[in-house]
Amino acid sequence: MKIGEIAALLDATCILGEERRDEEVIYGFASDLMSDVLTLTQEGILLITGLCNIQTIRTAEMANIQFILFARNKQITKDMLTLAEQENMVLLQTRYSLFKTSGILYQAGLKSVY
Amino acid sequence: MHFEYTILDNDFANAGAASSSIKKILKQLNIDAKKIKRVVIAVYEAEVNAIAHANGGTIYVDIDDKGIEVTIKDSGPGIADLDLAMQVGYSTASQKVREMGFGAGMGLPNIKNNVDLLDIKTEVGVGTQIKMVVNF
Ligand SMILES: Nc1ncnc2c1ncn2[C@@H]1O[C@H](COP(=O)(O)OP(=O)(O)O)[C@@H](O)[C@H]1O
Ligand SMILES: [Mg+2]
Repeated sequence: MKIGEIAALLDATCILGEERRDEEVIYGFASDLMSDVLTLTQEGILLITGLCNIQTIRTAEMANIQFILFARNKQITKDMLTLAEQENMVLLQTRYSLFKTSGILYQAGLKSVY
Repeated sequence: MHFEYTILDNDFANAGAASSSIKKILKQLNIDAKKIKRVVIAVYEAEVNAIAHANGGTIYVDIDDKGIEVTIKDSGPGIADLDLAMQVGYSTASQKVREMGFGAGMGLPNIKNNVDLLDIKTEVGVGTQIKMVVNF
């Protein structure tokens, strides 16, 4: 599914990587637990999370995840933005809950990991 | 090649800085991406542990054409029951650690699943030393 399509479905704001709207992800994984994210082996994952701190970005870096969607309008700090920029990531933000976000994306055809 | 990193006490903001640096070094050496991911996930979890459960520590990294060996040494409280600590779900993590997205008792099992060799030496009141090897 294209990033632009995901943003439109969730009325999401692209905080970083606006120019990459045409890139695609295959899977969605929703978690606030970073150790859980670190068990994933698939590529092409969109991380959907309510955990909004520097470790979210670090975890994505280690797990080779380039696309992160923050639910419930969590505010992305300057430190997070700097690191995400350096690691060439795309950051999206929606006011929808983790539940609603996941439901919409699942229904639209984004695959689940498990 | 030999590298060392210092992990500072309570430095949650920089947890992962060493893993990030190691990742870049391995990329430059053209190591297989899957291997790199295994290395950095293990080192990252261990880095988080040194900050979450000890008071920082030192990371020693050795790389040759056969593989990478990483040792993380701390002078923290040590682990009283290592078999128990290795089990998924066992955690003594603080609320602060949970707020960082860790503390579900998955770190040591994650480390074990990603490395080819894991050797943990720990003594209560002295500290913990985790040696891990990933073969290229
Ligand atoms: N470096 C360390 N020093 C002291 N105790 C540790 C260390 N690493 C791990 N532990 C102990 O082992 C437990 C399990 O670790 P881990 O599997 O990483 O889970 P978590 O960090 O989520 O608690 C920790 O909660 C802690 O009690
Ligand atoms: Mg841990």
